[in-house]
Amino acid sequence: MSTTAIPTNTKWWNGGRSPFNISYGKVMMWYFLMSDAFTFGAFLISYGTIRFSVNHWADPNHVFNAFPFAGHANLPLAFVSLMTFILIFSSVTMVLAVHEGHKMNRKGVEKYMILTILGGLAFLGCQAWEWTHMITGDHAVLVNGQIEHWGTTVTRNPWGPEVMHNGQLVGTPGPIAFGGYFFGITGFHGFHVFSGVIINLVMYIKTKLGHFDQRGHYEMIEKAGLYWHFVDLVWVFVFLCFYLV
Amino acid sequence: MSSHVSSPEITHAPEHASGTGRIWKIFWVLSALTIVELALGYFLYAKHGHLSYGLTLGTKLLIAALTLAKAYYIVSVFMHLGDEIRNMIMTIIVPLMLFVWFIAAFLWDGNSWKNLRNTNAGSRPAQTEQHAAPAVEKDAKP
Repeated sequence: MSTTAIPTNTKWWNGGRSPFNISYGKVMMWYFLMSDAFTFGAFLISYGTIRFSVNHWADPNHVFNAFPFAGHANLPLAFVSLMTFILIFSSVTMVLAVHEGHKMNRKGVEKYMILTILGGLAFLGCQAWEWTHMITGDHAVLVNGQIEHWGTTVTRNPWGPEVMHNGQLVGTPGPIAFGGYFFGITGFHGFHVFSGVIINLVMYIKTKLGHFDQRGHYEMIEKAGLYWHFVDLVWVFVFLCFYLV
Repeated sequence: MSSHVSSPEITHAPEHASGTGRIWKIFWVLSALTIVELALGYFLYAKHGHLSYGLTLGTKLLIAALTLAKAYYIVSVFMHLGDEIRNMIMTIIVPLMLFVWFIAAFLWDGNSWKNLRNTNAGSRPAQTEQHAAPAVEKDAKP
C-alpha cells in the first residue's frame, strides 16, 4: 500500500489532477450528502421552531417509554437506545467492509456487508414496531368534556398537559404538529435506511459476482459506506431532537 | 499497492492503517458518548419538575455538545473525511457552517412567537407558565 506523504507545496489548482485528491464519484457523493444534510437540517430546525413556539410539548420520556414484550412497563429511553446501538454497530461493520475492500479481500467485504445489511434490517424492524405501537396506542384524552381513546397519528396528539377528570389523570389534545414532525422526520430517515439497505444489497451482490475484483478496486463499497454512515449521522441528530431533549 | 486509486487525477493515496484498532476504538468512544447522553437524558427524566430552568437548559446543551462530538467522530473517522486533504475538508465543512445561523435564527424566532402569543403581542403581561401536572407516574389507564 502506498504511503506517499503529500508534498507541502503541491499545486492543487493548476490542473491535471483533482484539487480535492479524490475521485469524481466520491466528491459527488459528498456533495449529495451535504445537500441531504441541509434537507434533514431544515426539517429538524422547522420542528425545533414549532416546538419552541408552544407552551407545552409532548415529553419524550412519556411518549417513548415502551419496549417490545414488556407490556406496560415504564422504560423511558430503553428502546431508542437499542435502535441507536444497532445503527452504530452497523456503521462499524460498514467501515470494516471498506477496510477489507482496501485490502482487496473479497471474503471479508462479503462478510461485513451481510452484517451491515442485517443491522439495517434490524433497525427498520425496530422502527416498524415503534410506529405501530404509537399509532395503535390507547390513551385517555379529555376532548370537549368527554373521554376519548387516542393513539398518536399525524392528526391526533394525546400528549397535551394532563388534567384531573373524575379522579383520574388524563391527557388533553396537544399540538398536532407533534405527530407530523415525528412520523415525517423518522419516516424520511427510515426511508434513507431502507434505500441504504437496498444499496448495500446491490453492493453485496456485485462483490459476490467479483465485479470489484475485475475492476481492480472496491471504491463502490466506499461510496455506499459514505451513504450508510450518513444515515447513522442523521440518526444521531434525530435521537437528540426527538428522544433526548 | 494503492489498490483503491482509480483515476490518474488522484496523485496521493491517503494512508490506510492496516489494522482495525482505530475503528474499534471509535466504536467504544461512540458507545461511551451515547451512554453518557442516555444517563443525562435519564437524569432529566428522573428530576423532571425539580430542576431549575438553567440546569435543564444546561443539561440539554451538554447533550447537544456530546451529539456534536459523536458527529465529529463519525464524519472524521468512519467517513474518512479526516484523512482527506484540506481542500476537500473545507468544501464540505464551510457550507455546513450556515447551520449555526440557521439554527440560532429559527429557534429565536419560535421563542419570540411564543412570547408574542402569550402576551397578545406585548399588550398584557405573560401568564405564569402552564406546566403539565408535575409528572405523576403516568399509567392513567381508564
